[in-house]
Amino acid sequence: MLRFCVAVMILLSQSVYAKDTLTIPILYIEEEISRPPVLSRLVVWPEDEGVQGAQLGVDDNNTTGKFLNQEYQLQTLIVPEGDSIDAQFVEALAGSQGLVVANVSTDTLLRLSALPEAQDVLFFNALQSADELRSAACRSNVLHTMASRSMLSDALMQFYNFRKWRDVFLIEGTHEGDNAYAQALRRSAKKFGIKIRHDKKWLVNADIRRTAAQEIPAFTQARKYDALVVADEQRDFAPYLLYNTWLPRPMGGSAGLKPEVWSPVVEQWGAVQLQTRFNKLASRGMSGVDYANWAAVRSIGEAVTRTNSSDATVIRDYLLSDNFELAGFKGAALSYRAWNGQLRQPITLVHPEAVVATAPLAGFLHQTNELDTLGLDQSETQCKEF
Amino acid sequence: MNMSSVPALVLLLLGGSGVAVADWIYVSNEKDDTISVIDTKSNEVVNTIDVGERPRGVTLSKDNKLLFICASDSDTVQVMDVATNKILFELPSGEDPEQFALHPNNKHLYIANEDDAIATVVDIESRTVIAQIDVGVEPEGMAVSHNGKWAIVTSETSNMAHWIDTERNEIVANTLVDQRPRDAEFNADDTELWVSSEIGGTVSIVDAETQLIKKVLNFEIPGISASRIQPVGMELTSDGKLAFIALGPANHVAVVDRSNYEVIEYILVGRRVWHLALTPDESRLYTSNGVSGDVTMVDVAKLKPVKTIKVGRFPWGLAVLPESAIPQ
Repeated sequence: MLRFCVAVMILLSQSVYAKDTLTIPILYIEEEISRPPVLSRLVVWPEDEGVQGAQLGVDDNNTTGKFLNQEYQLQTLIVPEGDSIDAQFVEALAGSQGLVVANVSTDTLLRLSALPEAQDVLFFNALQSADELRSAACRSNVLHTMASRSMLSDALMQFYNFRKWRDVFLIEGTHEGDNAYAQALRRSAKKFGIKIRHDKKWLVNADIRRTAAQEIPAFTQARKYDALVVADEQRDFAPYLLYNTWLPRPMGGSAGLKPEVWSPVVEQWGAVQLQTRFNKLASRGMSGVDYANWAAVRSIGEAVTRTNSSDATVIRDYLLSDNFELAGFKGAALSYRAWNGQLRQPITLVHPEAVVATAPLAGFLHQTNELDTLGLDQSETQCKEF
Repeated sequence: MNMSSVPALVLLLLGGSGVAVADWIYVSNEKDDTISVIDTKSNEVVNTIDVGERPRGVTLSKDNKLLFICASDSDTVQVMDVATNKILFELPSGEDPEQFALHPNNKHLYIANEDDAIATVVDIESRTVIAQIDVGVEPEGMAVSHNGKWAIVTSETSNMAHWIDTERNEIVANTLVDQRPRDAEFNADDTELWVSSEIGGTVSIVDAETQLIKKVLNFEIPGISASRIQPVGMELTSDGKLAFIALGPANHVAVVDRSNYEVIEYILVGRRVWHLALTPDESRLYTSNGVSGDVTMVDVAKLKPVKTIKVGRFPWGLAVLPESAIPQ
C-alpha cells in the first residue's frame, strides 16, 4: 500500500493536489433482527444486506481516492439481536472520525444520536423509513439515505394518478410498520387525488397458500375499484393476493407494483454498471437497503473529495449545502433536503422482472425541485432541528 | 413521397449551404447489434450491417479504410473493412469496451473498460495490448488530442478527467469535474479540453496547459426541468466558432458561441440524444437519438433540424466516412 501511495503522489500534478494520505474510517453499525415468519419460502432477507452496499461504496470511494490520496476504511459493528449496542458503539466511536452508517431500529437510532458522545457524529440512516424520523423526531446529526414511507407511497400514488386509477381498495397488514405504511398511502392518495373507496385490515391468520382462491375474492368483494394497494412490509400475505381479487384489477404496494429505492431490475441511467459491481462483490442482487448504504458512503466520499476534509461537521455542512450533488444511477442528481436531512431521490416502481416507471413522473411539478414531489415537503415537516 | 423529390426537398431546406455532398454516416444500434449506414445525400439508410453484441463507440481509421466498433457485450473491438463491410479481425480490448479514441499515429487505440476501472491501449498492427492503466470508477469518455500528446479518459463515478501522457501511457494529472462526466473533446489547437457532466448538467472547459477548469457552461431551456438537461456528446467546429452539446433526455442540442461561451441556440432533435457527428465540410450535424431510435440531421448554417432518419434500436455512436473514401 505504501509503495502504491508513493507512486500516486508522484503521478498527481497541478490539477488535483495530493498531500499526506487522508484516512477516512467509516463506522457501519447494525443490529441483527429476526423477522416474523412469513408464508412464502421465497421471501428471504439476505444476512449481509446493508453491509455489502456500504462495502461497495468504500470500494468505489477508494478507486477514486487513489488519485487523491484518500483511503477509506469500513469498520463494522454488528450486534446480535437482543444485545445492547450502546456501550460497544461508544467504544467504537473513539477510534472513528464520527461518520456512522446506521442500520438499526428507530428507537436505537434516536437513542444513539442523543448520546452526549454523539453530538458531533454524523449518522446516515440507511435502513429506517419511518416518517417521524424526518419530522417531529428528526435529529440534526442524522441524515437519511433510505427513502421515507411517504416518498414510496407518493411515488406509487403518482403512478395511480397517471394511470387514472382513481378508486382504490386498500388492505392493511398486521405487522409492525404496516399501519404506518397504510397511513402514508392514505396521505399520498389524498395528495394525488386518489379515493380510498375500501379500506380493510388483514385479519386472516390462517395459512392461505392453498385457500387463497376461496378467501381472497370474498375478502376483496366490492362493487367498484380501479386498483388495489396493500401495506404488508414483511410480504406475509401480499404475494397471495395477486390474481385472486374479486375484481381483476392491478395491485401495488407490497405486492405487484412495488415502489423501491433500488431493485436488481433497474438498468437505465448506467445502473447496469452498479448492478454488475455489486453482483461481483456480493453474489446476489442489490436491494434498496444495500443502495441506501452505498449512497451514504458515496455521499461521504463526494464530500471528502470536494472539501478535502474528513471532519464530520464539515461534511455535514457540505452535504446540506446547494453545492452537493451525487450521481446515483437514477437519472437525476441526488441531494439532501436542508429541512430534514432526507436524501432526495427518484423512486423506482418495479415488478420482479422489469421497471414499470420511475417517479417523479413527468408532469408532477414542484416550485424548486421535482424530486420534492416525493415525501414530506418543507411546509409539511415538523422537523425543527435543521 | 416521390423518392426523386427527396434530394430536391433537402436542397430547398438547406438553402445556401446545400452542397450535395454524399458522405456516409455509420450509426451503431446498441440494442439491435447492427450498424446503420446513412448516405448524407439522400439522408436515408442505405445499408444495415450485422456486428457484435451491444455496439456502442465507433470510429474510423485515419485513412478511412477501417471501422472500429466497440462490441461491449462481446468484450471485443471489431475491425471492419469499409470496402467490403466484413469484419477483418478483432482486437483484444479488455472487458466491456464502451468508448475509444484513435491516436493520430493510426496505431494505438485507447479503450475505456467500463466495468474494470481500466483503460486499455491496443496496438492495432500487432493486435496486442501494450498498456493497461488504472483509472477511476466507470471510465466512459475517451479523447486523444490532435497533437497526440494526451489521451483523456473520464470516469463517471469518480467524476474525473484523467490525463494520460501517451508517451509513457501513465496518468499524470486528474481534473475533478461535475457529476458523471461522459464525453471529452479537444479543440482544434489542443489548448482546451471540453468535458460534459451528465448529472451535473454542465460542461467544464479545461485549460490543457494547467489542467485547471477555466469555464463551466450551464444550460437552461424554458419548459424543460433542469434535471432533464444532461449533457453527453459534443462536437466542436474546426474554425473555433461553435460547439454542439447533446443534452440527453432534454431532447435538444445546445449551440455554444465559443467567442464568449454563451449558448446561442437550443435545437430540438429526437428523444435522449447521445452523440453527435459533423460532416467533413461541417455543414451538417447528425445526432443519435437513443430512445426514439432515429438520427436527426441539423443544418449548421441555419441551426435548424432538417430531417429525421429512422435507424435501429438505441442508436449510440456515430462515425463519418467522407465522400472521397466511399468504396465504389
